[in-house]
Amino acid sequence: MGKSENIIELIDVKKVYDGDTVAVENFNLQVKKGEFVTFLGPSGCGKTTTLRMIAGFELPTSGQILLDGEDISRLPPNKRPVNTVFQKYALFPHLNVYENIAFGLRLKRVINTYRNKDGDEYTKKQKLSRAEIDKKVKKALEIVDLEGFEKRSVSTLSGGQQQRIAIARAIVNEPEILLLDEPLGALDLKMRKEMQIELKNMHKRLGITFIYVTHDQEEALTMSDKVVVINDGEIQQTGTPTEIYNEPVNTFVADFIGESNIFNGAVVGKLKVKFCGATFDCLDDYEINQLVDVVVRPEDIKICSPGEGQLKGKVLSTVFKGVHYEITVGIGKFEIIIQSTSNAEAGTTIGMRIEPDGIHLMRKVYTVNKYDGVITKTNAVEFGDGVFACDVTQLYKGSHLDEEGYLITAGGEKIDLTGTEVCVEVDTHAITMTDDMSSGGAKGNIISMIYKGDHYRYIVRTEENEEDYVLSCPDLWNTGDLVGVIIPKEKIKLTLKATGDDVK
Amino acid sequence: MKLRFNRKQLCIPYAVFLILFVILPLLVLVYHAFTNGQGKFTFSNFTAFFSSTNTLGTLLYSFAVAAVTTLVCLAIAYPTAYILARSNFKKKYALLLLFILPMWINFTLRVTALKEILSLIEGNISKYPFFNSVTGMTYDFLPFMILPLYTSLSKLDKSYLEAAADLGAGKFTVFMRVTLPLSVPGIISGVTMVFLPSMTNYVVLDMLYNSTYIMGSLIGSYFSAYDWNNGALISLVLLVIIFIVTLATNRFSEKDSGNRGTLL
Repeated sequence: MGKSENIIELIDVKKVYDGDTVAVENFNLQVKKGEFVTFLGPSGCGKTTTLRMIAGFELPTSGQILLDGEDISRLPPNKRPVNTVFQKYALFPHLNVYENIAFGLRLKRVINTYRNKDGDEYTKKQKLSRAEIDKKVKKALEIVDLEGFEKRSVSTLSGGQQQRIAIARAIVNEPEILLLDEPLGALDLKMRKEMQIELKNMHKRLGITFIYVTHDQEEALTMSDKVVVINDGEIQQTGTPTEIYNEPVNTFVADFIGESNIFNGAVVGKLKVKFCGATFDCLDDYEINQLVDVVVRPEDIKICSPGEGQLKGKVLSTVFKGVHYEITVGIGKFEIIIQSTSNAEAGTTIGMRIEPDGIHLMRKVYTVNKYDGVITKTNAVEFGDGVFACDVTQLYKGSHLDEEGYLITAGGEKIDLTGTEVCVEVDTHAITMTDDMSSGGAKGNIISMIYKGDHYRYIVRTEENEEDYVLSCPDLWNTGDLVGVIIPKEKIKLTLKATGDDVK
Repeated sequence: MKLRFNRKQLCIPYAVFLILFVILPLLVLVYHAFTNGQGKFTFSNFTAFFSSTNTLGTLLYSFAVAAVTTLVCLAIAYPTAYILARSNFKKKYALLLLFILPMWINFTLRVTALKEILSLIEGNISKYPFFNSVTGMTYDFLPFMILPLYTSLSKLDKSYLEAAADLGAGKFTVFMRVTLPLSVPGIISGVTMVFLPSMTNYVVLDMLYNSTYIMGSLIGSYFSAYDWNNGALISLVLLVIIFIVTLATNRFSEKDSGNRGTLL
């Protein structure tokens, strides 16, 4: 073959459940032979669904999965040279350890070549012999360090041992790819750390491609050659653990991987950024006045005496974490978290310095909410699964409304706006949330929140059409809260939509 | 005065019930089985039962009816339960209810209806006694087979099936190597719940034929003729057979739940 060095390739894979729930979308990924790839993301982000599509338990709604250049997306699981280690192990309770591991081997048919009396070669599809199976099972048990467990019943094993048997059962078949679905999730911390190292060693020794699913960012950084950060069914970033940690592409990745301070900032000069009321040198080049998200890792902030450094603040609290102290500092209305090996007493004033390479800038993804809307009979505007009062006179310069609610243009023309399609823009600061569902123009659940030093950035998603409202709010809400969305009338910016002729 | 109960004393009501309605009757049964009409100890009832081809034939016939009924029930119930347990069909509970619904209808009514249907089809229902017995019993006991099978199949963790497929098993192999062995507890309890009552049930046959074909009706006929001794002995024989069958199935299911050894 040798078409590519990619052992597996996902092209535009999409999975939709029940006709409208999108689990995975625009999934493009290439995995090289022998790589240790980790799918990392919060629960429900689609990482397990993707793994199950590779295993064959789910069929993609559209897109292709190529294995060694061949499309396998429609093959049943038993026809794929891929084996899975399940989250809850799924060891067969009616079989002992030996039989569990031998399960796949007993089903395997290999092509053997023989020579008949005349010296002609012929091939035969055969089962593996008893001795061969025996040898392979023994070897697999050796790899997972459980020699002598053959006759044990799986129910008598501890969680860690079951885990190892599950791994042995998968690798004994010599798959091209080993899929691991949060395999260490059920183990305690110490056991998990041990297994992480063992899995990593196993990967080195066996040379099999590993695709690993986890929601534990530390696990992902420790073990992988390549981390694929997934959120909301889409890949956020793909890269080596160092790239992901040091150069997160957006605030989600920065927030999800490790601890981070995230601020709103603005570029104020060549390689200069302003946030937290101070100006810093940075390494990311953006044009002047570009609004940016600024990410600073807590360990990149150095404590110095007040007066030195770019920032000065009062220590609010300090927590001893074993290796370092976690110090929360208040700088005006901002809060910043520092990890440092030296302590600072709560209540004291300290200076803080951030080196240019500790500051990561990201172009703001959300500065303004944009929707397509339609004007309703009552001169309100319908968008984002809700109806909001608005000022329609802004659509035509110099116009006003008459008593019946019709729009009178500057030229005295009377227009019925019902059904007019408009573009709606709402600033993120203009939107507020409320507990009172009936008073909001739309309602939805908070699906994301990121702390930005002095406020939170929330994303509220409606249930009906999954419309998102991005908003800033200083108050603390919880993800999952059902809230009403309020937008003041004057903050809704409307523009007429280009009609068919004007498009393009 | 304050009433005070020891926890042990709470079992007194049940103990009284047990003695009055289980242990005493059993002793009376044993007494009658090994005495003659005058109350003298004897083995003659015993030898009479095992030397008569008539009674032995009835025993064998009962056994055959019960065995075939169990097999037919299993053959109908397993696929039904399998499909019900595996389908995502939203109305499957309604479907399940349809199978259980007959149990809510009066027994006499059901058997009478069956009798009418059978005589409509066969003309004279006494032509096929064995077939009709099995049909009647199957009709009666099918829900008792479906329910435990459905329970054990729907409890079956889907990840076992996925794991088997992942390891290279096709649909048939997955069924033979995973689904079937893991549903054995359901099969056993279904078999127990159908086999035992169909061994002793005589109402169905009695209503269908009014004659002494199986063990239950044999016992009934002895007792109604005031032959306590022979009736008691046959009851005792039946009791021992059931005891042995229960013991055997328990051994089997214990072996399974302990997850030791392989069934296939």
